Amino acid sequence: MQWETVIGLEVHAQLSTESKIFSGASTAFGAAPNAEACAVDLALPGVLPVLNRGAVERAIRFGLAVGAKVNSPSIFARKNYFYPDLPKGYQISQYELPVVEGGHIQLQIVQDGKEQEKIVRLVRAHLEEDAGKSLHEDFHGMSGIDLNRAGTPLLEIVSEPDMRSSVEAVAYAKTLHTLVRWIGICDGNMQEGSFRCDANVSVRLRGSDKLGTRCEIKNLNSFRFLEKAIDYEARRQIEILEDGGSIQQQTRLFDPEKGETRAMRSKEDAQDYRYFPDPDLLPLEISGNWIEEVKKGLPELPQQMRTRLEHDYGLSMYDALLLTADRDISEYYEAVVGKLPSDPKLCANWVMGEVSAYLNNEGRSFDVCPLSPAQLAQLLLRIKDGTISGKIAKDVFRQMWAQADAESISWKNREGVDEGLADRIIDSQGLRQISDSSALENLVYEVLAANPKSVEEFKAGKEKAFNALVGQVMKAARGKANPAQVNEILRKKLTE
Amino acid sequence: MSLSLDDVKRVANLARIEISEDEARKALIQLSGIFDLIEQMQAVDTSAITPMSHAQDVMQRLRADAVTEIDQRELFQSVAPQVEAGLYLVPKVIE
Amino acid sequence: MLNASLKQLSAMLAARKISSVELTSEFLKRSRALNPEYNAFITLDERTSLAQAQAADILIGSGRGQPLTGIPIAQKDIFCTKGWLTTCGSKMLSNFISPYDAHVIGRFNAVGAVNIGKTNMDEFAMGSSNETSFYGPVKNPWDTAAVPGGSSGGSACAVAARMAPAATGTDTGGSIRQPAALCGISGLKPTYGLVSRYGMVAFASSLDQGGPMAKSAEDLALMLNVMAGFDARDSTSLEREPEDYTRDLEKPLDGLRIGLPKEYFVKEIDEDVARAVEAAIGQYRKLGAETVEVSLPNTKLSVPVYYVLAPAEASSNLSRFDGVRYGYRAPDYLDLNDMYRKTRAQGFGSEVKRRILIGTYVLSHGYYDAYYIQAQKLRRLMAQDFAEAFKQCDVIMGPTSPTVAFDLGERSSDPVQMYLSDAYTIAVNLAGLPAMSIPVGFGHKNRPVGLHIIGNYFAEAQMLNVAHQYQLESDWHTRMPKE
Repeated sequence: MQWETVIGLEVHAQLSTESKIFSGASTAFGAAPNAEACAVDLALPGVLPVLNRGAVERAIRFGLAVGAKVNSPSIFARKNYFYPDLPKGYQISQYELPVVEGGHIQLQIVQDGKEQEKIVRLVRAHLEEDAGKSLHEDFHGMSGIDLNRAGTPLLEIVSEPDMRSSVEAVAYAKTLHTLVRWIGICDGNMQEGSFRCDANVSVRLRGSDKLGTRCEIKNLNSFRFLEKAIDYEARRQIEILEDGGSIQQQTRLFDPEKGETRAMRSKEDAQDYRYFPDPDLLPLEISGNWIEEVKKGLPELPQQMRTRLEHDYGLSMYDALLLTADRDISEYYEAVVGKLPSDPKLCANWVMGEVSAYLNNEGRSFDVCPLSPAQLAQLLLRIKDGTISGKIAKDVFRQMWAQADAESISWKNREGVDEGLADRIIDSQGLRQISDSSALENLVYEVLAANPKSVEEFKAGKEKAFNALVGQVMKAARGKANPAQVNEILRKKLTE
Repeated sequence: MSLSLDDVKRVANLARIEISEDEARKALIQLSGIFDLIEQMQAVDTSAITPMSHAQDVMQRLRADAVTEIDQRELFQSVAPQVEAGLYLVPKVIE
Repeated sequence: MLNASLKQLSAMLAARKISSVELTSEFLKRSRALNPEYNAFITLDERTSLAQAQAADILIGSGRGQPLTGIPIAQKDIFCTKGWLTTCGSKMLSNFISPYDAHVIGRFNAVGAVNIGKTNMDEFAMGSSNETSFYGPVKNPWDTAAVPGGSSGGSACAVAARMAPAATGTDTGGSIRQPAALCGISGLKPTYGLVSRYGMVAFASSLDQGGPMAKSAEDLALMLNVMAGFDARDSTSLEREPEDYTRDLEKPLDGLRIGLPKEYFVKEIDEDVARAVEAAIGQYRKLGAETVEVSLPNTKLSVPVYYVLAPAEASSNLSRFDGVRYGYRAPDYLDLNDMYRKTRAQGFGSEVKRRILIGTYVLSHGYYDAYYIQAQKLRRLMAQDFAEAFKQCDVIMGPTSPTVAFDLGERSSDPVQMYLSDAYTIAVNLAGLPAMSIPVGFGHKNRPVGLHIIGNYFAEAQMLNVAHQYQLESDWHTRMPKE
């Protein structure tokens, strides 16, 4: 039987505000336990929530970026359940009227060299508060509760069940991850839990238009876990169905060590969240003016930029995807192209190649790349105008990197600084290619005189001997000769 | 609509209130009386009316995104039933 | 001095005829003496009160005194008060020393008023007789066999027995007005959103409103001047220009249109209450007011609507009492859920549990539309009824309670009977309107009768004027119960 996996994702993106969604406590990560849990976060008797404008603004930004409807008014509701990391005994969320409704995410999937596009529709995105954390280390058989995270603003982004494989689900999650960072609403730090996925997974016979019973896998905090959890869960469900069993709707947890999912015990009793509009919060009105203002502040979106890179710069989908993986890369790349508009492909190769590799090696981001786009552009210009070969350029790049300012300052703040670095290294070390043909001819004569055997072999028809001679000339030129030019002169001399 | 003993127990469980069989029976009688009163509401046709959640027809006011709170953990935890190492202790949480 | 108005006390303090320490000591002494019998206070803390009085004397001495500086005020134990036990009348909070001040407390502190103690109340403000308090019932000082009303029964008793010159209360369905009526004092529930709810332990958030309780309308106005005001920490607090609620007190009532809802004057009202209320309305006619019959056709539904909405909100508001971060935790339990269930079973009294069960039920899956949404729709109908009525009149009058104070224990076993006694006051909370109760005589067994005055939104100054003009012509508000 042919099974099809159906996946919908609920992503919790922690919004990058300074303060919490309903209180003035800090959202900074890593504070001492409960040091950032204020009276409101602790749900002391009598405290009340007041909504953070910054959280709403970020939700609007998201709504605009995915082509969704921004609802006005939207309503905050209470989701009632008991859990020690939920101080009020309810979570303030949105239920019937979320702030963002509809929209879609466009995916580019490059798999096994094949490029594929897909649209995933969004159901909604709503604002809500995060819960605290239960620490399960043993405190005399008890758990410890840290409420620092309680009240951190989240945007829960709910997709339609439009994905059909873990690859698609991961592509969706990655695209969303890029987008939320791109528009500056979430730092995307998955280790710290700033971007968490819940996957709703069901299976059905291919061709069926009815959805199977789904299981929700909670709190997947890496793309790899997302992929593994979905694959495991789909297999588990298929096995049950093939054995004639039926799927029980469940909330499950993924165990990364075992690579398995298991039912959550705390969710065993049927939930009845008793949603109702929060009487402490009034309807949220978002004016057209506000939406316009937010729209003006939005950057070019990754999807628009990808299309532009493919069309205007002639880059492949793959290149365009990599260069729009985050805004730091894309901004850097655009700045390099700005200085060398004649060869966006060369710029792309170097940005994704050397620059990316060096940065990775040092664990730094493009934003604080020690080489400014202008410095890199000059180096690339010297490749293009034949001053140096690509091979020499790599050596120059290495030296530039070593000499450049290694302090973590954004390149944007280093405009005009030492833009002649590449030329200085090339000149001081005499790395310019020998393009003067008389000089090259002299070198060729010398090599021919010193290698009579190779000359004879060539004349006897051995093409290999020619390559050996080229190599000798390049060696004599200490790599600074243009190989094409060397070829040409050598062949001319040998056939004279 | 009449309330059953199971309803009382289900609701008590949702509300995390321990209730004995005897208490549940007593509660059922009292709650049934109250719900008889509440049922009067059903006589009114309200299909054309918008529900009223708030006493005033005003919109949510927004706070500027700024940190205004300081660490008062010691004070707040001085009234806690059980704390250790800055954490609130509870019976083991099972996920 | 025990019967002096706030204005008189303020003048005495300003003229240094008496110090705040002397005044506070006097009331503390009286409170200490009477409390064992009346049980009006849960907490009296002489040291803190006197320290505040001392500070107030310095403030007055330096010429920075305000109308309530140095005057002892009894605070309902629902207002979080930093460093004070704040119990809300519950075992659940019987060990809760509040780490912060409610907005209302902060405002009294800011003007240098003295907190004379925390008053007893129905547990979590759920009750109309003060019998649901973990700290035992409050007695009605006019007749200790009678209840003082609730939930602000301790505050009402404290003012009536002259244990404090004035007090704060909160009103979700009549909890200021009904005990004011039953204890023969004046009480005002402001327009929803006028007094910040920050730091006021929540019962039903969309209905709760703090307000003053005092001997007279003039005192209420001075109290409200301190209590009302915008608070950025409460999303439902209204941003309005500050008002002086004493400004219209002296206005004559010529041409005042008093609406008398035909639904309020029915056979359910005890004859003694009806007589006193009608006499008061007669007095208003003499003062130049005219009366018009109005209709509030959905009045009958206010009790059922209220007993859906208030418990629903309460069931959620009271979920935070889980034995984790503060308050009571059951001593023995098997696991986490058992800890929750035992803590809440032992920490809450039976009325609170009953309302949590009702609220949980009406919000639960499958019942939400039939109960909660239907109640919210009827709530709008009731607000519309008032809007219609106010097209024909300036204020609405009727009895605050259909009966005088009932006996302790008389209704405690019959919740429905207890709930029905709040019929007149509840509709006002549902609409969010301001309303007050003033004493207008005595009925059965010489127990006080209250007149209910309902105003339009933000009409507090006008209502206070209406009440004050009556009190200039009557002395019910100056009468003191015998000790």
